[in-house]
Amino acid sequence: MEKAANWTRKDLLSIEALSREELETIFSVANSFKRTLQRSQKKLSSLRGKTIVNLFLEPSTRTRVAFEIAAKRLSADVISITSNVSSLTKGETLRDTARNIEALNADLLVIRHSAAGSPQYLSQIINIPVINAGDGAHEHPTQALLDTFTLREQLGDLKGKKVTILGDILFSRVARSNIWALQKLGVHVTLAGPSTLVPKLFCELQVEVTHSLKEALADADAVMLLRIQHERQTSTHFPSIGEYKSMFGLNLQRASWLKPDAIIMHPGPINRGVEIDSQLADSDRSVILQQVTNGIVCRMAVLFLCASASSHTQPKKLT
Amino acid sequence: MSIITWITGGRVIDPANNRDAIGDIYAVDGKIVPSLSDKEKKQAQKIKAEGLIVCPGFVDIHTHLCEPGDTHRETIQTGTWAAAAGGFTTVVCMPNANQPSDNAGTIQQINDAVERDALVNVFPTGALTIGMKGNELAPAGSLQRSGIVAITDSYRSVQKNEIMRRAVEYASMFNLVVMDHCQDQTLTEGSVMNEGIWSLRLGLRGWPSAAEDIIVSRNVILSTYTRAHIHLQQISTSNAVEIIRRAKQRNVNISAEVTPHHLHLSDECVKNYDTNFKTNPPLRTPEDQAALIEGLLDGTLDCISTDHMPHTDYEKNVEYDLAPFGVIGLETSLAVCLKVLVHSKKCALSQLIKLLTYNPSNLLKLGKGTLSSSADADITLFDPDEEWVVDPDKFQSRSRNSPWIGKLLRGKVKQTFIAGQKVWDGDSVILPENLNG
Repeated sequence: MEKAANWTRKDLLSIEALSREELETIFSVANSFKRTLQRSQKKLSSLRGKTIVNLFLEPSTRTRVAFEIAAKRLSADVISITSNVSSLTKGETLRDTARNIEALNADLLVIRHSAAGSPQYLSQIINIPVINAGDGAHEHPTQALLDTFTLREQLGDLKGKKVTILGDILFSRVARSNIWALQKLGVHVTLAGPSTLVPKLFCELQVEVTHSLKEALADADAVMLLRIQHERQTSTHFPSIGEYKSMFGLNLQRASWLKPDAIIMHPGPINRGVEIDSQLADSDRSVILQQVTNGIVCRMAVLFLCASASSHTQPKKLT
Repeated sequence: MSIITWITGGRVIDPANNRDAIGDIYAVDGKIVPSLSDKEKKQAQKIKAEGLIVCPGFVDIHTHLCEPGDTHRETIQTGTWAAAAGGFTTVVCMPNANQPSDNAGTIQQINDAVERDALVNVFPTGALTIGMKGNELAPAGSLQRSGIVAITDSYRSVQKNEIMRRAVEYASMFNLVVMDHCQDQTLTEGSVMNEGIWSLRLGLRGWPSAAEDIIVSRNVILSTYTRAHIHLQQISTSNAVEIIRRAKQRNVNISAEVTPHHLHLSDECVKNYDTNFKTNPPLRTPEDQAALIEGLLDGTLDCISTDHMPHTDYEKNVEYDLAPFGVIGLETSLAVCLKVLVHSKKCALSQLIKLLTYNPSNLLKLGKGTLSSSADADITLFDPDEEWVVDPDKFQSRSRNSPWIGKLLRGKVKQTFIAGQKVWDGDSVILPENLNG
């Protein structure tokens, strides 16, 4: 595959920094990869000889496995490191861990970390491409890419469409990345959930904020549900899971407030019976598993574009 | 033979005496004198100060020298070298959580190190509670006998109202000022930057201004109740300024300070996750900055303090969430204050000098910060217009965690005198014979 002419980034740190054209480039590359997925021989040779290291310092199943599969489809060698087996447990700093990975001749680093800004921090320290696989409550760029890629498959051109993101927005990197991505694609974004997790301050990002579930669902073309993230909250943001479910859980009756053709999305992992009724998660409205599958090609596109941009740029001085 | 110093031809600014004119300053044996005899003039070391400001040495009542306890970050030696380089001739050092100044032995250890290593005047403070844990009062009376000038739990704001009430009541018996950091920790658990649009965008845990406003209010109430003096450290929010303003209108016995970094920088600075902008309290909004400046100008805030807080590269050069709070400030304070207040034409140079000298000294009754006759000849000479780029390799401090690295600043300290002896010549420290290098 040819290197995309208008892609010059070696790092993917955030969606906020991307232009609409860059998003289109990723979608177009992801689309061509998706066609190859339907072949019986799924493997491409694009990144043969490259070594990709997945440094996952927070629990992850979907994202880590999708990055591994994406790398393997592109013929890269891939190594995954998780926090409990890394030297970070021996007191090594992230800076030193990353520089060691670079010194071991890795060609690209995928990082997930609980501290916001960690990928950006590493991109200033090491020369190899850094891909953000989720940093604290900041961004999860590849999740937003696969979400918007899926939305485009389902709804066509997104300009003028309405998407509601429902749940724990305050602590959600998925919400932040999606807000930026959706806005760049011309979508009208509404955030909904309890006032402690969806503060009005979000309005400054040019989105709607509502605490009425009915209002949030009424004219949405798609609703993205988010998990309540116990691990990021102080215990004070809402009374109980039961209360959350009774106020904001999406059940069959409330789903009837949606337009008939509106779709339901979720980045996973889903908590059945909390933010979404089990039946709804498995219903025709749900595109949750399509999102997961699209995660492979979107990450293939990101790995391919960033690795290609990196091999065309001069290395900067080691600092 | 007497040591005689004659500083001539500079613009002498001594706010305590309403002096602001071209003139000469004389010192004999470490004390300011009104004039010299012809014979003394012949013996004097003559310092030409044409084009420079000659003022009392700056006084910082909020410095972390980190000794004892954290000498990998700073020592009394390196901290006082940094002070001299920044034009500070007196610093008041905060207790350190790693070896709290809650006992006379630790104060004596500090006094010994000051005697041995300090290039400028150092006054220690004592811990307010045992171990700076906020539960039991430290022995303020014994600590005062050992030489402390105030009590404070430093960056660990006293959380229990009963402890704070008793501390100020007890300390007032000794006329000891209680200093408090003013942050409600229940509102700031895990917080790393100001709560606002930038924390929302960056996905960093927000630190609400309410955390400060609540403890400032609490301290105003306790000061009203006990009539004791409480000094509110490093005020950062517009609401706190307003609370203090109203309290002062009612003659409540409180005072307050602000740092150069809170005056100059806002929460937007955090957008690249540079940990040299991670402070406690955090950098606030431009509206807060404007309120702090207004508060300084109308006397609501009494003085400027650096909260010089050194951390090593390896401590600061980590993920934003993990980095310790604090920045160094002694060597950049003058230039930053000039930028925010004087070069911007918000106040006269003499008013800024008062905020850096007489006012802070007066709060703790240190007897410094003036060029009055018979005062200690602690003098700073600076060029308010000389431009320089902040180069971390040139810091005298052991640490380099400055938010102004690489920035062009205007205003440079050219000479610093302690008791009539030059200790800083604009480029390097000059060690008196009694100090080890």
